[in-house]
Amino acid sequence: MVCDMLNEFDLSALIVTLKLASVSTLILLVIGTPLAWWLSNSKWKLKSLVEALIALPLILPPTVLGFYLLISLGPNGPIGGAMQWLGAQPLAFTFAGLVIGSVIYSMPFVVQPLQNAFASMGSRPMEVAATLRATPIDRFFTVAVPLARTGFVTAAVLGFAHTVGEFGVVLMIGGSIPGETQVLSIAIYDHVEALEYGNAHWLAGGLLLVSFIMLVVVYSLNRRFSLLQRSGQ
Amino acid sequence: MTIRCRLSITRTDFALDVDLSLPLKGVTAVFGPSGSGKTTFLRALAGLENNKGYIKVGDVIWQDEQHFVPTHKRSIGYVFQEASLFEHLNAKDNIEYGFKRAIDVDQSVMQRAIKLLQIEHLLDRRASQLSGGERQRVAIARALSANPSMLLMDEPLASLGDKHKKEILPFLELLHGELEIPMIYVSHSIDEVAHLADHLILLDEGRVVGNGEISEMLTRLDMSLSHGERAASIIEAKVLEHDDNYNLTVIDFSCGRFFVPRKQLPIGCDVRLRVEARDVSLTTQRQEETSILNILPAIVDEIVDEGDAQVMVRLKAGNDLLLSCITKKSAELLKLQIGSEIYAQIKSVALL
Repeated sequence: MVCDMLNEFDLSALIVTLKLASVSTLILLVIGTPLAWWLSNSKWKLKSLVEALIALPLILPPTVLGFYLLISLGPNGPIGGAMQWLGAQPLAFTFAGLVIGSVIYSMPFVVQPLQNAFASMGSRPMEVAATLRATPIDRFFTVAVPLARTGFVTAAVLGFAHTVGEFGVVLMIGGSIPGETQVLSIAIYDHVEALEYGNAHWLAGGLLLVSFIMLVVVYSLNRRFSLLQRSGQ
Repeated sequence: MTIRCRLSITRTDFALDVDLSLPLKGVTAVFGPSGSGKTTFLRALAGLENNKGYIKVGDVIWQDEQHFVPTHKRSIGYVFQEASLFEHLNAKDNIEYGFKRAIDVDQSVMQRAIKLLQIEHLLDRRASQLSGGERQRVAIARALSANPSMLLMDEPLASLGDKHKKEILPFLELLHGELEIPMIYVSHSIDEVAHLADHLILLDEGRVVGNGEISEMLTRLDMSLSHGERAASIIEAKVLEHDDNYNLTVIDFSCGRFFVPRKQLPIGCDVRLRVEARDVSLTTQRQEETSILNILPAIVDEIVDEGDAQVMVRLKAGNDLLLSCITKKSAELLKLQIGSEIYAQIKSVALL
């Protein structure tokens, strides 16, 4: 039934999208966690510069970000040029290029919930753990991470959903190569251009539903957590 | 064995500047009004303040110009003002957190802490399911289970209501008797200090204004603790016997005996008595026909004005010190001077 509605290209677009969102979210959690920890603890004066830089994709038109990425990842750009010099492919119009774009584009959606979760925890639990002989790494994983667990769920879901929903950046740096860089949002655009409204409906409606469900999960988790905390006082 | 510290911490609105030694045994209370730097001092001892200074515990240097032993390598137990249990763990896992990370410690240390604080029935509960007093008991057991060689307590009763305070205080007294490790206890409550402390450090506005034995510090007339409504002295004593005829308990101390209404205490057990200055009156001759049972010979040690109409008198009774607050008129009538031999009549004694 679903196969009737989704043609071969749609299916590969779905797979590329899920792969892109999963890989990007994973990378974002790995680099976003220490970054968020540092931001929530650092007293460095120029910290707000870093925060602003991370938040830029929230307000910048995706095409601006995509444009600069295209320039720098392409064969004549600094990164793409370096890749070529090393004997590798330039990153523009590749899956790897998309991952780089997505990581930058979705960064604030992962870093900010984590930063808030770490900040709301305060310094006390880590101090307690230190007085109980836990080394800094030990107490980070046994105290900070579990206490910030809703922050992690929120960050992962938002990072994933936001990557699934990206369009402008992908359009600029990914092109629309089926099976490589063609994601769902692009596939919908292509369907509409070709006046294939039926296919567009299936993809658009599916994305709408999935995004909605993910946000419901995030909000109800946050609610449950704050209720739990309040009852604990 | 002592703890030597020289600490100098400057914040925008506050400065702590101390240079002191404190004994590495018994309970040392750090006492002072809020804002006097008590908590900062304790946090610096634990390595929680990022400060310069010198700390030497016994023979081991914790901190000097070149070294800084981080908190997790200082063998301390720390009880914070709020219990600060890990909310994601139940009581048992909270207690085991320190135990698992302690070096060379066997299960019995943890079991003993759990037993001392009577929390066996609470182990499966999550932190959010415990009352304020129960949380603080779990927090104390958690600190002890890491087998620390020193216990630091930062006003563990301050965040509790009166009911829970009364619930915890007996446990702290028990620790005082049972633990071999030194305890440093920060408080702004003279009652807690009178109950628990052997040694007292007085802080005010970030400076040490007094440092000595509790009985000495409470009766030093040049210090604020020996003045005012609550001025009192502390006497260490032993239960001698019970008088079945009159239902009294007889308590023995360096200068004689006290009679108090019968208490359920075993003979020979150590007790601490608190005698308030306003409950001690003075006579030059021993009164024979009086309702007061507790009359002791004493020597006037020091006399200082207490307001316009009264004087505070410090007395030596055996090896112990007493305070007596009387009117200036009485002092003149009795011709009190330093060295006078008099009798102290003690109207009431509180067993702590």
